[in-house]
Amino acid sequence: MSDIGSYERSATGPGDGSFGDYVQLLKPRVMSLVVFTALVGLMVAPVRLHPVEAFCAILFIALGAGASGALNMWWDADIDRVMRRTQSRPVPAGRIEPGEALGLGLALSGISVAMLALATNILAGALLAFTIFFYVVIYTMWLKRWTPQNIVIGGAAGAFPPMIGWVAATGSVSLEAVLMFALIFMWTPPHFWALALFINSDYDKAKVPMLTVTHGKASTRKHILVYTLLLIPVPLWAAMTPIGGPLTLTVAVVLNAVFLFGAFRIRRRDEETATADGYRVEKKFFGFSILYLFLHFGAFLAETALRPYGLGGW
Amino acid sequence: MALQPTHDLHKRRFGRNLGVALLLAGFVALVFALTVVKVQRGDPMQGYDHTVRPELAPAADTAPETAPEGTPQ
Repeated sequence: MSDIGSYERSATGPGDGSFGDYVQLLKPRVMSLVVFTALVGLMVAPVRLHPVEAFCAILFIALGAGASGALNMWWDADIDRVMRRTQSRPVPAGRIEPGEALGLGLALSGISVAMLALATNILAGALLAFTIFFYVVIYTMWLKRWTPQNIVIGGAAGAFPPMIGWVAATGSVSLEAVLMFALIFMWTPPHFWALALFINSDYDKAKVPMLTVTHGKASTRKHILVYTLLLIPVPLWAAMTPIGGPLTLTVAVVLNAVFLFGAFRIRRRDEETATADGYRVEKKFFGFSILYLFLHFGAFLAETALRPYGLGGW
Repeated sequence: MALQPTHDLHKRRFGRNLGVALLLAGFVALVFALTVVKVQRGDPMQGYDHTVRPELAPAADTAPETAPEGTPQ
């Protein structure tokens, strides 16, 4: 009974996290984006999976993303402890032991990869394994603390889910899958740099070489514009492929015009103006960037949904 | 010292254990459903050696026009 006594003294001791804490370890918000993009990748593919197989594919892709999140929280606990935005995460807050996060991450990685391979095909499982490796080892352990280009290369990890969804259905990689990958890959830098513009002090404190810290905000503004210009051809090209159609092309033209306008506005502003209005334009651009991605993938999905009625696609 | 089942720690543990139990039950159900789907959609094969057996496929609609050589007429 002595252990009960110790619990009395410390009711919220380490290793006593609730079920919700373990769910939080899997970064459910990131997971929701992964689920959506993977679902689109799977649905727009020309091959139909059985609903149970499709459900398993999405579930295990999401679980793989969750495993990456847990491993990221295990490795980045020291950074998370410093940054205001991440201080309340289960590991830095002391509700879950780092070893538990590591164990959960490794176990879920193994389960998700093996089950995805069994439910769909080996290539999809291998791609998921590579994505977890890329996010945890290449991005989290290496690039994030080493180069201001961390977001650019690390963005690949977040770009894989629609490709995995496509591969789960078809068993191979094709141009459409590569373009969906490229859309998220090229979208990630302007999206995160806009966020970094108004939460710079946190990255500074955590000594993460975010572009705003190493090159300054003026350079970051220029980078946002350049990467936005590089991003624009990708959704327009994707709209011309079999997964696109007139609707996708219209959505792409409108969204990219607005996105480019926002990037120009960010480029033209200086720190004085931005501080004076509380980074209104940057925050708006960041918010719109989320909508931008959601609507592009929504348009791909809509084309597929409308096709049986003779409306979607070219 | 008496156990206090209503202690916050016990509530948290119960919630965690219940969550794990439900997840495991869900996983078992999912693997079962996936197995059923895979078996129903799988190649024609016999259980003892898991080898594809074309002779198990449904018979062709039309019989061959000429009998194979050596067949009694």
